[in-house]
Amino acid sequence: MSKDNQILEDFTSKEYEHGWSVNYEADEAPIGLNEGIIQWISAKKEEPQWLLEWRLKAFRTWLTMEEPKWANVHYPKIDLQGLRYYSAPKQTKKPKNLDEVDPELLDIYKRLGINLNEQKRLQGIAVDAVLDSVSVATTFKDTLSKLGIVFCSFSEAVKEHPDLIKKYLGSVVPMTDNYYAALNSAVFSDGSFCYIPKGVRCPMELSTYFRINAANTGQFERTLIVAEDESYCSYLEGCTAPQRDENQLHAAVVEIYAGSHAEVKYSTVQNWFPGDKNGKGGIYNFVTKRGICAGDHSKISWTQVETGSAVTWKYPSCILKGDYSIGEFYSVAVTNNYQQADTGTKMIHIGKNTKSRIVSKGISAGKSQNSYRGQVQVMKRATNARNFSQCDSLLMGDRCGAHTFPYIDINNPTAKVEHEATTSKIGEDQIFYCNQRGIATEDAVALIVNGYAKEVLNQLPMEFAVEAQKLLALTLEGSVG
Amino acid sequence: MLSIKNLHASIEGTPILRGINLEIKAGEVHAIMGPNGSGKSTLASVLAGREEYEVTDGEVIFNGKDLLEYSPEDRAREGVFLAFQYPVEIPGVSSTNFLRTAVNQVREYRGLDPLDAVKFLTLMKEKMKLVEIDQKLLSRSLNEGFSGGEKKRNEIFQMAMLEPKLSILDETDSGLDIDALKIVSNGVNQLKSKDNATIVVTHYQRLLDYIVPDYVHVLYKGRIVKSGTKELALELEEKGYDWIKEAVDSEATV
Repeated sequence: MSKDNQILEDFTSKEYEHGWSVNYEADEAPIGLNEGIIQWISAKKEEPQWLLEWRLKAFRTWLTMEEPKWANVHYPKIDLQGLRYYSAPKQTKKPKNLDEVDPELLDIYKRLGINLNEQKRLQGIAVDAVLDSVSVATTFKDTLSKLGIVFCSFSEAVKEHPDLIKKYLGSVVPMTDNYYAALNSAVFSDGSFCYIPKGVRCPMELSTYFRINAANTGQFERTLIVAEDESYCSYLEGCTAPQRDENQLHAAVVEIYAGSHAEVKYSTVQNWFPGDKNGKGGIYNFVTKRGICAGDHSKISWTQVETGSAVTWKYPSCILKGDYSIGEFYSVAVTNNYQQADTGTKMIHIGKNTKSRIVSKGISAGKSQNSYRGQVQVMKRATNARNFSQCDSLLMGDRCGAHTFPYIDINNPTAKVEHEATTSKIGEDQIFYCNQRGIATEDAVALIVNGYAKEVLNQLPMEFAVEAQKLLALTLEGSVG
Repeated sequence: MLSIKNLHASIEGTPILRGINLEIKAGEVHAIMGPNGSGKSTLASVLAGREEYEVTDGEVIFNGKDLLEYSPEDRAREGVFLAFQYPVEIPGVSSTNFLRTAVNQVREYRGLDPLDAVKFLTLMKEKMKLVEIDQKLLSRSLNEGFSGGEKKRNEIFQMAMLEPKLSILDETDSGLDIDALKIVSNGVNQLKSKDNATIVVTHYQRLLDYIVPDYVHVLYKGRIVKSGTKELALELEEKGYDWIKEAVDSEATV
């Protein structure tokens, strides 16, 4: 075994940092999936009749659908009847503000490094904290509402802003879009809702922190972001889960709507439990994320740092409908041990003079498999569409795999589409060079990996970028705490 | 400062160094010359701790410490610096960021506080003058797209920043035009002091016009077969290596 392989071998011993769980009294749905369960969830959330019907319609469609098999991932069949579809911490009464939230729940977030106490929080980020199936707290709601911005849990939005929900729910990702989106539409529990009114620039980062705590429970969150004409917002999403031997399912749907001249920046740092060294346990992350640049000159930008999950299946996409609209996708996906990731994006150019940019950086270590799958589609009337794609793969060791599956579908002769791809290895030479300057091997690997991912990390909001850098190092290193 | 005794090293079972003996004192400059494949670069790599080379015999004492017992990074922190013949590229990592990590790890090892950004930049500005390096170069990715001359200049700049006790320049003159050679040599000469020592590994005498050695050693087939002063280098330039090869080879056959 050469030196760098041995170094990388050592890295796999790192334990997942957020693997703990907490016992709290939970309000749970019975295990299993049927129309009764959906009614139970809907009733629990005191939903209007139309939403229950919407869920049931999705469920009935889902029953006729097949699980997709095209992704380059392998896992045993998931027993969807063996899962629980709703689990929430029991709260005697609904908290009106942060002071009334059960301190035990706030503690969970504190342990994750997220202080929900507004006074103690850094200015500039509003947080919605989602634990298993419900949102436990949302900060800075009042500050935001003065600007007409709505930032709250999805359940609350259903009650407070039913018209907006009715108008936009399923408008970007139809309930029948795909197997997991349909399942999510049937059983989704909570998530965040953001609404930025016309002409408003959201003054702070909006963020949702998802935490799975309960065992044998699927998390099916739903996020909807609506940015009206000439508005702007930047949204962050973070996730962790306890370390459990069984695999857990996370099937989320995120929809973004951007009106003309609106801009939405969506950043994710995904750190679900990836399974242990031997590939046992971990989250199955089957997510549908899509945004529509509905108006002219609108822009949607996805940035993701994917480090966790046993299996990832995720393609944040942009439908570029408005003329001159712009879609961007920046991704770093790291896989280690037995992790599998099949991730990428779709850029659908419909409007004229639309532009898209894809920068994907895969990092594979251990025995993991890392695939980029991306589609660039230029429709007939999309005159002068432009796309630039860059897909880089970095291999660490010689037992992992990196794969690239680009699909390019052009129906307009004026389109200009560029695709660049590279594959490289962290070399013994690079590590030795760093060592010779006094840099320890682990720090050398962190330096090299972060350098490689820099173009993507630069897209993240400052605070998040630092976190993401640390996370990258942690995912790949053995003993850095 | 450095005492090498009977050093043997091999790569993948093939012996390269076959009994090197060398004494270097603080304040001295030693040139190691020799034909291709004589083991010059191997000696540099072994001293720096490159893993592929296996030391099969002998010892290296550096300031009273058994150097071979130290990891490559600890050797660097103890004050051994290798200016690489082929400096590697690290995309996305700026020279500044790289050096700050290096300088602070070395300082930590030596029990010093890390330099904050201001102090670090002040130090950098000061050292930049030595090798006439442009700040723009330092904000670029380390060695990526650098010309041969820029890479070598950057090596000497790193040397200036890390203030080593023993510097090993491995073919630093290769790929340099005369102007770059002057700049690099000038930098090395300015860094010279009575407390540090330099080993210049080179193929040609040319570099030694600028970095004047106290001693010149000729390496051939893994051994130092001739030592002398700077005049030896001139003799080699004039006569080539064949006369030394012949002398050594005939001795071996006797």
